[in-house]
Amino acid sequence: MELLVASAIGILTSGGGYLVLRLRTFPVILGISLLTYAVNVFLFASGRLTTGAPPILRDGVTTYSDPLPQALVLTAIVISFGMTAVVVMIGLGAFLGSDDDHVDDQPDSENDQPEGTP
Amino acid sequence: MNHWIAAPIILPALVAPFIILAARYHIGIQRVFSVVSVLALIAVAAGLAWQSADGTITLYQMGDWAAPFGIVLVGDQLSTMMVLLTAVLALFVLLYAIGSGWDGRGRHFHALFQFQLMGIMGAFLTGDLFNLFVFFEVLLIASYGLMIHAGGNARLRAGVQYVLFNLIGSTLFLFALGSIYAETGTLNMADLANRVALIGPHETVGIRVAAVLLLLVFAIKAAVVPLHFWLPSSYAEAPAPVAALFAIMTKVGAYAIIRVYTMIFPPELAVTAGLHDLWLLPAALVSLAIGMIGVLAARKLDRLVAFSVIGSMGMVMVSISLFTPAGMAAALYYIVHSTLAGAMLFLIADLVRTGRANLDLTPQPPVAGNALTAALFFTGAIAMAGLPPLSGFLGKLLVLDAARDSDLVVWIWVTVLGASLVSIVGFARAGSILFWKAHAVDATDQTNMMPRPAALSYVAVSGLIALLAAHTVFAGQVHGYTTTMAARLFAPAPYIATVLDTPGKLSDLRGDH
Repeated sequence: MELLVASAIGILTSGGGYLVLRLRTFPVILGISLLTYAVNVFLFASGRLTTGAPPILRDGVTTYSDPLPQALVLTAIVISFGMTAVVVMIGLGAFLGSDDDHVDDQPDSENDQPEGTP
Repeated sequence: MNHWIAAPIILPALVAPFIILAARYHIGIQRVFSVVSVLALIAVAAGLAWQSADGTITLYQMGDWAAPFGIVLVGDQLSTMMVLLTAVLALFVLLYAIGSGWDGRGRHFHALFQFQLMGIMGAFLTGDLFNLFVFFEVLLIASYGLMIHAGGNARLRAGVQYVLFNLIGSTLFLFALGSIYAETGTLNMADLANRVALIGPHETVGIRVAAVLLLLVFAIKAAVVPLHFWLPSSYAEAPAPVAALFAIMTKVGAYAIIRVYTMIFPPELAVTAGLHDLWLLPAALVSLAIGMIGVLAARKLDRLVAFSVIGSMGMVMVSISLFTPAGMAAALYYIVHSTLAGAMLFLIADLVRTGRANLDLTPQPPVAGNALTAALFFTGAIAMAGLPPLSGFLGKLLVLDAARDSDLVVWIWVTVLGASLVSIVGFARAGSILFWKAHAVDATDQTNMMPRPAALSYVAVSGLIALLAAHTVFAGQVHGYTTTMAARLFAPAPYIATVLDTPGKLSDLRGDH
């Protein structure tokens, strides 16, 4: 199970990292989504991987799973979901307004005039 | 328990939805509520700062659960000073937004403004790292809305960059928190300070990775080179009052670095030796140099101001990364100065824009209210470039003096003084093009029709200048205040004891606390 979880985090992170470095909005947003999936699994694993152990105190039980990472993951999922929705809306607005979905600064004519030209 | 410490978070959190739900279509009511809320914040923040001036640490346990099991708010001298600075800055920014009419050019300015304040205040007051993440997100999501306030293609495109960069930063923050939790099993800052000190010298891999990841996250917020790329476009394209408020956001990053890297990972800690204590200072020096070269190279006034903010953050970070009490005291003095001066310059850039076709640094006919705007720009430039008589000069002297014992003292002195010279040339060039060469250009009928900026706008900018002047005149007292603050930051035992030893509602049942 450790290998499975670790490689899942690794593959998601590397895929996300690759997509984040692309030039257009859509792949970058996909990359960020992959990164947030990776970080959610990572947070989940930060409380150690246990199977079938209860998270709250009970009589006669010696092994517990850590409940805190589950609360952290829940918060992280909600926040990253909301943030992704926001960036999709802003990106869509920028694309519809300027008919161009590059995320980098375009060299526009005003900024590229040599000094001294009117 | 003293409930006032929660007021800086609760008050904006209540005012903002009220503005959205009840005063949606009445800009007048929105303005009144927003200003009253900020005035109340200033009063509360001043009370808190006065209370903590003698070293009292105010603890607020959410739901009366004892730390580290419950979430706590902690008001020490540093937190309350930053809260007061935010509230005071917010008042003048708000007055400018109202005077210039920026708040009416889009929807929900005042509600987003209050949510932004809530996030910033929460980030300063929380005593829990995960809660710090949550408040970062609150202030970021409000800032996304404010950043694209009033719309426009250029602003939306800059907004996309800003949001994407910060989303990646947030993801990194979560990775850092996950590593810290996996290594130590806690996220409460005071508890972390105790547990990190217990980590043995042979098990340091995880905690070192976590420390570096966390530093990267805060460096993104503080716009330290090479993580500054989000700042110039977004600050230049944001509406002026929003950019002025954002002047405090880079300081949130600086605050987080000060808090975490004096208490949890102090410079003498063996586990993280050779990381931030070696690499932060060169990065800060490069930020200072790049920022001030950007001032010289900028072709538009708003970009010039944005680069000067990077430069002045570089100065703050140089002083912080000395990790000595003297350096920290100088950094805290300079943080106040840099926030006020940066905000003022963004507002002045907007005063210039009111009368011009654009902010290009090319000769154009004189703007309406030229003489007064020019005088304000002159004052702002003196403050930011660090010339006497304003507080930038004193702050720089303090930084130079604190660097005397550093190994890199030659580098620091050369970079600080060289960057000052470059920024003076940059500001002088911009000022002479904007205001002097303007008289050589024939005014057309169209430019004569340009409106003068409103009186309230000038009042807001003058208020910031008055604060800077006060920061200069009372420099002795302020520096004494920041010196005691720095001494307490490097001796965090009372903070840790207050947070961990205060009993909560079930503490006596458990008995072993």
